[in-house]
Amino acid sequence: MTEKKVLKIFKHAGSFAENKDVARNLRETFVFPELKNNGNITLDYEGVDTTTQSFTHALISEAIRKYGVDVLDRITFKHCNDDVKKIINIVVEYMQGNMDSPIS
Amino acid sequence: MEIYIPNSAFLGNINGFLEKIDLSNPESLKITANQKWVSIHPLVLCLIGALGKNIQNKNIHCDTLLAPSAHYLKRMKLFDFIGVTPNIKNITEHEAVGRFIPLTQVKNSNDLDLFLKDLVPLLHFSDNKKHVQSIQHIFSELIRNVIEHSSSSNGAIVCSQYFKKSNKISIGVVDTGIGLKKSLQASYKVEDDKEAIRLALTPGVTGTTSRPGGTAQNAGFGLFLIKSIAFIGGDFFNIISGNQMYKLLQRKNASLKLNGNPFDDRHSMAQVPFWSGVAVGVDISLDKTIQFSSLLDQIYGFYSKEVKGQKKARYKKPKFK
Repeated sequence: MTEKKVLKIFKHAGSFAENKDVARNLRETFVFPELKNNGNITLDYEGVDTTTQSFTHALISEAIRKYGVDVLDRITFKHCNDDVKKIINIVVEYMQGNMDSPIS
Repeated sequence: MEIYIPNSAFLGNINGFLEKIDLSNPESLKITANQKWVSIHPLVLCLIGALGKNIQNKNIHCDTLLAPSAHYLKRMKLFDFIGVTPNIKNITEHEAVGRFIPLTQVKNSNDLDLFLKDLVPLLHFSDNKKHVQSIQHIFSELIRNVIEHSSSSNGAIVCSQYFKKSNKISIGVVDTGIGLKKSLQASYKVEDDKEAIRLALTPGVTGTTSRPGGTAQNAGFGLFLIKSIAFIGGDFFNIISGNQMYKLLQRKNASLKLNGNPFDDRHSMAQVPFWSGVAVGVDISLDKTIQFSSLLDQIYGFYSKEVKGQKKARYKKPKFK
């Protein structure tokens, strides 16, 4: 079984994870390279009180678009409080709803 | 340019203030005010601050302010912000922490990081914890919009006020950039400012691409989220760009159904003096606003029913551990 690489979100984005520039950097330096190599990743939200849909979108949406929804089988979201879970769910739902036609 | 500060200009009755703005002669600014009372929304303060920011001090004239409440303008740092020293009677300074954020310029992502850290003291009153996330989200989304889309060297001009009597937080975020129409025209065919506002408030629309779902960096979701926070709380949400203002009116019925099309919400449109950038004002009534967590449930429900229901696609769930 492939070892999962862990990304500690708090370490990079703090307790209010909203900085999209940080998300872009994490996407480019961790999320994409690991997924490109068929790796499995864990996004660890320990210490994160809340995040924004914009941050989450910047972090994972392109991976869903690029590798398809099955990429979600290779991403684990860990230590998420209820609100963080809800925001991740919204972004995942949003991306899957927008992969072939716009919302009207 | 000339601005008259009336005795009252909040999101519900801001039209009178806007109608009297004279934007001719942009190299100078004259400010006059009601002599008996001055009470204005942070959005109005931001608009005045934005107009005065690019004008040389010597070309800004402010009449003597006689209204006892005019000290509010000084407390919100309006005159420091535009670099003038008006004659104000009866100044009473108030403690800054816990009540308001004075006019502040946020030019880049680093400024925003600092601003969001300083924001927390504003929210340090007894029963506000459940609302902190809503306020943080609103500022984060609005200011990042300015930084990413406005092309304005001035960045975002912001301020906020907590009103104890109504238990409400009012927020203003303004820029003097290219505006919604020009920003969206990069990816969409946009005929006029009204259409630009409709598109900007529609989830899934961003000026960075016409591709469904946005780009890796932009979802086209932020303004819809903010409007939804105001809608669910039954509060005002105003957005001005070009010669149009959209005003989300207070809800009259109990239905909390979110609409993808902002024109399906109870709203008004008004023609206003041309604003080159984007100006947004939001009220958050703390008595009425539901917890942020419940708002997220509403939005998730919106996508589940309105989007997934239409597409019947194979949906996957994120894995939580």
